[in-house]
Amino acid sequence: MSAILLPFTGGRVTLKQGGGGRAMRALIERLFVRDFATMPFDGVGVDAMDDGAAIRIGDDWLVITTDSHVIHPIVFPGGDIGRLSISGTVNDLAMMGATRVLGLTCSIILEEGFSLDSLEAIQRSMIATCREANAPVVTGDTKVMGRGEIDGLVINTCGIGLTRTLVRDNGLHTGDRIIVTGNIAEHGLAVMAARHGIEFEGDLVSDVAPMNGMIDSILSDPDLADAVTAMKDPTRGGVASALHEMASKSNVGIVLEERALPMTDAVRSVGELLGIDPLHVANEGKALLGVRADAVDRILARLREHPLGRNATVIGVCGEERRGSIILDTGFGRRLLAEPEGEPLPRIC
Amino acid sequence: MSELQFRDPRLARSMAATLDRLVRDTGRKVAVMHVCGSHEQAIAKYGLRSLFPKSLEVIMGPGCPVCVTDVPEVDESVLIAAQGARIATFGDMLKVPGSVKSLADAQASGAKIDIVYSPQQAVEIARSTKEEVVLFATGFETTAVATAAVILDDPPPNFSVLSVHKYIPPVMEIIAEMPESRIEGFLAAGHAATITGSEVFEPFVKRHNIPVVIAGFEPNDIMAGLVELVDLIRAKTPRVVNMFPRCVTREGNLEAQKQLWRVFRPMGGRWRGIAHVPNGNLRLRDEFAHLDARKRFPIDLTSLWDYAPPALAGQCICGDIMAGIRNPNDCRLFNRECVPENPVGACMVSNEGTCKIWHLYGGVPDLEASA
Repeated sequence: MSAILLPFTGGRVTLKQGGGGRAMRALIERLFVRDFATMPFDGVGVDAMDDGAAIRIGDDWLVITTDSHVIHPIVFPGGDIGRLSISGTVNDLAMMGATRVLGLTCSIILEEGFSLDSLEAIQRSMIATCREANAPVVTGDTKVMGRGEIDGLVINTCGIGLTRTLVRDNGLHTGDRIIVTGNIAEHGLAVMAARHGIEFEGDLVSDVAPMNGMIDSILSDPDLADAVTAMKDPTRGGVASALHEMASKSNVGIVLEERALPMTDAVRSVGELLGIDPLHVANEGKALLGVRADAVDRILARLREHPLGRNATVIGVCGEERRGSIILDTGFGRRLLAEPEGEPLPRIC
Repeated sequence: MSELQFRDPRLARSMAATLDRLVRDTGRKVAVMHVCGSHEQAIAKYGLRSLFPKSLEVIMGPGCPVCVTDVPEVDESVLIAAQGARIATFGDMLKVPGSVKSLADAQASGAKIDIVYSPQQAVEIARSTKEEVVLFATGFETTAVATAAVILDDPPPNFSVLSVHKYIPPVMEIIAEMPESRIEGFLAAGHAATITGSEVFEPFVKRHNIPVVIAGFEPNDIMAGLVELVDLIRAKTPRVVNMFPRCVTREGNLEAQKQLWRVFRPMGGRWRGIAHVPNGNLRLRDEFAHLDARKRFPIDLTSLWDYAPPALAGQCICGDIMAGIRNPNDCRLFNRECVPENPVGACMVSNEGTCKIWHLYGGVPDLEASA
């Protein structure tokens, strides 16, 4: 499928270009990567479009990542913008192997009139998540803008960590298995339900959580760490978007077993009701791991020992058929999985 | 079949094996057509095409009401909008290109367009305002019934209807009579048949000796429908078979039919990309002229004819796709210049359009089934 040509001259940014799918990738490639990547740099830089950057320091890699959070509503079932802003950055570090966080920064831009009580609640939620992730906020910045100049608040966090085992999103090989660490699509659907005041039978709760502890249980064991060939967290654009990126960067095809995808009945029925494919919906506490076939059982067992990984399961296998694409086996037959254009829903993280 | 069996892959595989045997028995390639976007949705979503025998071609016909709405019909709505009336219509209609503008273009230049999910909603909008509200009514007989119901329910004086409703049975005749048509059987849409009943297809089968099987929309509804259809083709016993008896009866919903034909009369007209279809359009009867937007607003289509059609539109093969002669992969625009955000043809606009469905579900439904 050829890339969409962006009508740049006279054009305007659309919400879809922030949705984590093809449209966003095209915008970033065209606008930022092309020129920023021209400066000399030793390591994993902006042109890799990975979860973060990695800078070589002796035998170690310094991993650095940054993320701005603009979710609406700021409080949702299972979390709030505070928990999200810490988890998102900690997870991006963890996905590159930096499970032990050296420090985080936190910049907050507030709208005039924002409730101080809410701000305090968000701050408490951030502290609690920092403790959970063993990740200290070490510096920050606060700005206030006039009423109407920004919607509520925006939180930017930046994180750094050191690692010897750098994990990329492009290391998949034929025969590798794809593991997802738990039930999919919970964050995006929970936010949507909260935003539209939709009430469903059963629980729709965001999975937002820092995963560095769970990932560390794998990477700190040299036997297991060697068998991990790629990692990525399926946030905006969901599992479909993340797998497309991994398959295309690794030049493998992935056969995905639709019936193996772990999800709650609530997610399954809400997705069907609204015509939204759970594969396209954001997660904030799930990871996709590419692992060598001979280690898959041991890695699954270790993941399942961790509370966040209880439902970890194998959902696919890498092969040579249709490199760069995802083949979805529905149980009935097989079809290609389309790469989502954008998230079905804007401003979810 | 129980609820679960409608989605049981093992059952689907065993039916696929039967289907394969039946097609082999005919000793030739068999082509059948379904005429419903929801059938194509289910076939694409569940990857059923990879289960079908190689010598069975399952073609999507003109089963997308948005796609067959003709260019001048879109123009009519744009011209009425330009006169200041509020147009209430279903979301998919917004992006369908007219000869110069789509309704979305008209909206960008100030026209008032309301997206509605049912004709009833359009009436509610009319009740809440003094402005003229025009329901741009698209859809097959299933939706036309809902339009008829609001027309018979004493709508407010500022409400009128621009009917571009279409009626499926006549277009099946056209396709059966096309000289290049290879279609040996039709899979009819279960939801439309709940209204019309299965007997509406009986004259068609008599005239053309082509079997019609009515099927539902779960994956195994479709598999079972195809098994029955190919069996009728193989045995050379064309007739109507109702494989959706949990919803469809022989006579259909008589009350709905009464309302439908009280409000509408069938009239010949063009279906976009297909042909002139005798009795294929549903227009308001004279008794309801006071609710007919075509009578209430002056519409001068020639005022648009000074504009050349967009260059790409000339390369669009939507018509051939809907007639089942070619598929989206044969189109040089598909997934290149023509994508849902920037559709050239109507088939890429609607969620029931073949091109949009193929785009959503991966675009290349030609994979081998898994072992």
